[in-house]
Order: sequence, then structure tokens, then C-alpha cells
Amino acid sequence: MQAGAGRANAKRTVSVFHFALRSLPPEAEAFRDEVRAFLREALGDRPSVRRARSWGGFDPEFSRRMGARGFIGLTWPKRYGGQERSFLERYVLLEELLAAGAPAGAHWVAERQSGPLLLRFGAEAQRERFLPAIARGELSFAIGMSEPDSGSDLASIRTRAVRTDGGYVVNGTKVWTSNAHRSQYAIALFRTAVVPDKKHEGLSQFLVDLKSPGIAIRPIINLAGSHDFNEVVFQDAFVPEDMRVGAEGDGWKQVTTELAYERSGPERYLSSIALVLELIRAAGASPDPRAAEVIGRLVAHLTTLRQMSLSVAGMLQAGQNPNLEAAVVKDVGTTFEQSIPEIVHALLDIEPTIDSGSDLQQTLGYLVQRAPSFSLRGGTREVLRGIIARGLGLR
Amino acid sequence: MSGVGELLGPTVIRLFGDLVTKELIEASEKGTWPDKLWRALEEGGLTLPLVPEAAGGAGGAWADAHVIVRAAGKHAAPVPLAETIVGGWLLSQAGLEVPLGPLTLAPVREGDRLTLARAGGQWRLSGTATGVPWGAAAGHVVAVAESDGGAMVALVARGAGRVTPDRNLALEPRDTLAFDGAAVVGAAPAGSRVSAETVTVYGAMVRAAQMAGALESLLEQSVRYATERKQFGRPIGTFQAIQHNLAVLAGHVAAAGIAAEHAFRAADRGDPTFEVAAAKVRAGEAAGIGAGIAHQAHGAIGFTYEHSLHFSTRRLWSWRAEFGSESRWAMRLGRRVAAAGADRLWSELTAR
Repeated sequence: MQAGAGRANAKRTVSVFHFALRSLPPEAEAFRDEVRAFLREALGDRPSVRRARSWGGFDPEFSRRMGARGFIGLTWPKRYGGQERSFLERYVLLEELLAAGAPAGAHWVAERQSGPLLLRFGAEAQRERFLPAIARGELSFAIGMSEPDSGSDLASIRTRAVRTDGGYVVNGTKVWTSNAHRSQYAIALFRTAVVPDKKHEGLSQFLVDLKSPGIAIRPIINLAGSHDFNEVVFQDAFVPEDMRVGAEGDGWKQVTTELAYERSGPERYLSSIALVLELIRAAGASPDPRAAEVIGRLVAHLTTLRQMSLSVAGMLQAGQNPNLEAAVVKDVGTTFEQSIPEIVHALLDIEPTIDSGSDLQQTLGYLVQRAPSFSLRGGTREVLRGIIARGLGLR
Repeated sequence: MSGVGELLGPTVIRLFGDLVTKELIEASEKGTWPDKLWRALEEGGLTLPLVPEAAGGAGGAWADAHVIVRAAGKHAAPVPLAETIVGGWLLSQAGLEVPLGPLTLAPVREGDRLTLARAGGQWRLSGTATGVPWGAAAGHVVAVAESDGGAMVALVARGAGRVTPDRNLALEPRDTLAFDGAAVVGAAPAGSRVSAETVTVYGAMVRAAQMAGALESLLEQSVRYATERKQFGRPIGTFQAIQHNLAVLAGHVAAAGIAAEHAFRAADRGDPTFEVAAAKVRAGEAAGIGAGIAHQAHGAIGFTYEHSLHFSTRRLWSWRAEFGSESRWAMRLGRRVAAAGADRLWSELTAR
């Protein structure tokens, strides 16, 4: 029996991990030119160290300009402010934003996961209220998932939403809530029922107005001294019934879908692209053999990861569920983007800096301090490898 | 094109699965030519996918060749199938007739040079080519040689050159062929897509696909072993350390696979040198890391000749260095990217 099961699993691996090569349709390539022209104009000649912030850069003005161009909610129905364009065109838009290091943080989460979650599970009134404003680039969303005692083990969250007249009373604490201090809303996962020994049950998702009474947002300063994350404390905070997303108790199924949106994009391999480009600039047009080899290896990885990422976009476009492939791309991609500061250190005799030095030194200084987060955010490397192992039939 | 490839896939897998047994590979390592396998490949129309139908081939595309070459790599088929596919294409490009039987390519190593000169109204081939796959066993050698008029493709029959046998780590023949004014079966100016380095580029491309195939085999063998082998009262695949190592292997398998396929698609579209360089580098890195993980998962049994894991890992260790190592291809790719400049990189990537 054991041997038979083993062979069946082994056979599954071939089909499970097939990354089909995709081509972008001509309209997506035409759209790329439009996006590039917009970004050239919007970003000007900003230095690499600023571009390296990429979607970590929070710039509401930039997001409103994106919205005015119809670049937010590209795939959404027109009645919600979308453009009804394909996922492949959206893919082109995202990769161009990332490659250019556009400060897309004020709409990134809303466009990537909050909006799609509402489209899939939200009530009609919620879609009508929130989606057009997101598409205009006016609404920023935060993600209320992790808690002090619940990181990778997300289903163990304890923040309670207890039914009361017309809604719920919420008590508990969320952490690592990026941009909560400058977003209007969060989509948060709360426990609406305690089901003994079944932690995945009794969870529900809510739209939370971050300005509501009973919500305290406290900064958590990261190791580089920046304020991105927050602790969000709920103390008898009221959330109206009509702000629940989907049915009570469906939270786990929905949050898994939301995480798939969060994990499947090209942001999982391009975080260090600004440093790759600075390295190539530093090496010059005729690099020495060591630099040439390093650049060649980086480009081999980049071009391969782009094809893998594009393959996931193709699966999304075809209506397939690429959770497993997205986990593979994120694991391989974050390993790559995390390696870039190391590679630069190995090749060049430069010190990473904050205020002084060249653009290359500052970009290195920024990314070397950022890189540890790449394999933590959106699901740790260990969680992703567990997902992949399950796909291999080992779990 | 990919439609043919999809139809091809199951046929090819079945053929290799049935015929490429452990016994067959072991016999070939002792020098036995697997005649039955080769005849089955020819009868199945798998040896000349790029040769037009009118010339006896399958009239297909590189995308079809990719399916065949990858399967050959996965099953460690001990025949010069990849070389025959490239050789057949080279002959067709030059308008030369494609003979039946296994073909090989020369020269395959950087620095080796073959020349063609006319003597007595006949083209004659001279020079030494080292490391020629199945140089002694192949029915014909397809040589890309230099002549006064530029690059030419020449076809020479087995026995036209002096053979010094050698082999790679997988005990696949890698012979030295020395030609001294050898008579050719045919010679013609290389096609417009063929230059002196074409053998290296397409050779690297097929090795990348073979490596992708062999890596798939490593993953399948490792997952199967981790599911069957028990220690501490449970299958070792239930331990997180093993699971995570195999997840890393799966990532390298996926990367090598799509990199190789990308290169073959580029060959169908035009000059694949950029994609081939990337694929050879990426698959080569995956080969080194992947072989390490697979052996670790297998423990001591995987280190024995008795176990079949080494048929894949020894091939990976050799193939990654054949037709140019990762370092050589990376340097080449790096120089090209640097010469174009950082501001061109992204548009170079998205154009592919």
C-alpha cells in the first residue's frame, strides 16, 4: 500500500507543478507602452534609492493619478469603476510599476486583495460603496490578519467579534498592520464563534473603518527606523452588521482566497530590481569577467522568474487556481530578491549608506535592511514550503 | 505547434518508460549500443522533428523537439537523440540530405576548430574535435566547419576520422575525432541562421532541456522515496526538514523547466541566444543544488550503484558543463546586458 501511494504521489508531481509558458497578447503589449509613458512622466528621474521603495512607497497623489488614468481595478466590472480588461493586462501594469519602482503603496493592497475580495464575497452595497472609490485611488486599505500570538498560525487568532444590536463589538489586537495609520479601512479577520478544537471555524471577515471609536493605532517602528507597521487595538469597537464580508463563519475560506491574491503577483521577485540595475550601471558597458558573470546569473534568474510569474498570471486569466504555483514563485522569487544585496556585497567594495554616498550605496543600504522582510510578508518561507510539500503529496 | 507537442508528450513518455530500463542504461554504460531503443525512436518519428516531411522528418517545431528532448533527459535515454535532432536541423538548414541513424555534432567545445577545403573536386574535412557525444557510435557526424567562403555544414560518415574514446561522468561516450582531409558525404554553406557558434548555442539549449527532464526525475524519485522510507516509525517525508528540502527542489525543477522551454520557444521565433544562455545558467544551477538535495533525501542507498538515482545525477553533473558551463554562459549574457546598459534591461526582458 505504502509503495502504491508513493508512486501515485510521484505521478502527481508532474501535473501539479507544470508551469505553462505564456505569451502576452498584442493588446497587453500595446498597453505596456501606455503604462511606460505614464510612468516616465510621473516618476521623472528619481534616484534608485527612492525607486527601491516600490510599493512600500505611500503616495496618495500618485495613486489618484493612477486612478484618473483608469489604472486601478483594471479587471473589475465597469459598473464598479473598473475597465473590464484582462488579467494579463493587469499583469503588465503591475510588472511595469514594480520595474520602475513606482510608489504604489496607497492603493496596492486595496487593488490587489481588498477590492477582489469584495468582488468575490462582498455584498452588492459594499461593492458599490467601496470599489469605485478604490478605483479612483482615493481609498487605502490595510490587512488585519496577524495578531501578537498568531503569525504563521493564522487560524489561531483570538480577536473576538461578538454580536450586539445592529452589528458586532470587537475586542483584541492586530499587529504588523502596514499603513493602518494612513489608510481609511482595513479588511480584518475576527473570531465570531469559538468552536472547540476547530480553530478554522467561527472566523469571519469585516470591513473596518479605522477612524471608528474604540480603535487605537500605535506605530511599530521597523529596524530601519521607518513607520510602516502598526499595532491596531480594538477595545469595544463597534462594527456594523453590513460591514461583514460574506457569511458569518466563512472567514477562513475567504482569507485563504485573499492570501492567494496576495501571493500571486510579480512583487514577489522584483523587490531588489533597483539594486540590480544600479549594479549593472556600476559595472559599466564593458564589465570585468567577475562582474559580467554575476550580472549574467542575475539576468538568468530574472528572466526565468518572469516567465514563472507570467505563467501564474496566465492561470489566473484562465480562471484556474494557481495557489501552489504562486507559492513556488514566491519561494523562489523571494530567495532571489533577498540574495541581491549579498551578491552586491560579494562583488563590490562599497559600504551601504543612508544619507551619504552614491545612489548605489544608498540603494544597497535601503535594501539590505529591507531584505529580511521579503520572505516574511505575505506568508513566511516556511509556510510556503509547507504548501509546496502538500502539493507534492508529502503532507 | 504546441498542439503537436501535447499529443507527443504521452507517446514519448510511454516509449521511454517502456524501453529505457535500468538494465538498458547499465548495458550502455558497458558499451552496448541500445539498438532496439533507437529503432523505436526512429519508427516513432521522434529523431528528426525539425526536418521537413518531404525530407523524411516530422516537419515540426522546436516546441515539439523540447517535449522529446526533455523526456529523453528525464529517462536518461543513453542515445544521442538531442544531438540527432540538432544535427538534422543543421543539415536541413543547409539543404543537405538527412541520413537515417544516429547523428552527432562537432565541434562541441570552445577552441576546437574544423575546416573544410576543396581538394580534387571534393570537400575535405580537417581538424580535431574533442568531447564529441557518441563520436564513435553515431552513424554520421554533422560538422559546422570553416571554409574560405564562411561557415559550412558538412556530413561525414562514421569512420571518417580517427577516434580516441572518452566518456563523461555518466559514462556516455565523449570521443575525440581527428579528421585529416576526410571525405564528406555532403557539404553546403550553412543556412542563414547558422554560424560557427550555432552548435554551441543549440547544444546548450538541448542540454538545458535534458537537465530539466533529469531534475523532474530527481523530484519524482525523491518524493517517492520520502513517502516509502520509514524512520522513527514514520515516512521520512513527514519530517518538516525533508519536506522543505523537497519544496526547494521543486522550485528548482520548475525554474529549470520553464527556462528550457522558453529557450525552445525563442528558437521557433528567431535567434535564441539570450534565452539559451539564461536557460543553461539556470538549469545548471538547479542541477548542482537539485542533485545535492536528492542525494540527501535518499541517504546512503542513493549513493550506491544499485539505486537508480545516479543515472540522473551523474548526467546532471556532466551536462551542466557541456556546451559551455554556467560561468561561460553567464559571462556572455552579462556582457551583452552590460553593453546594452541598465536602462535597456527591463525592455529586453519583457520583449521575450
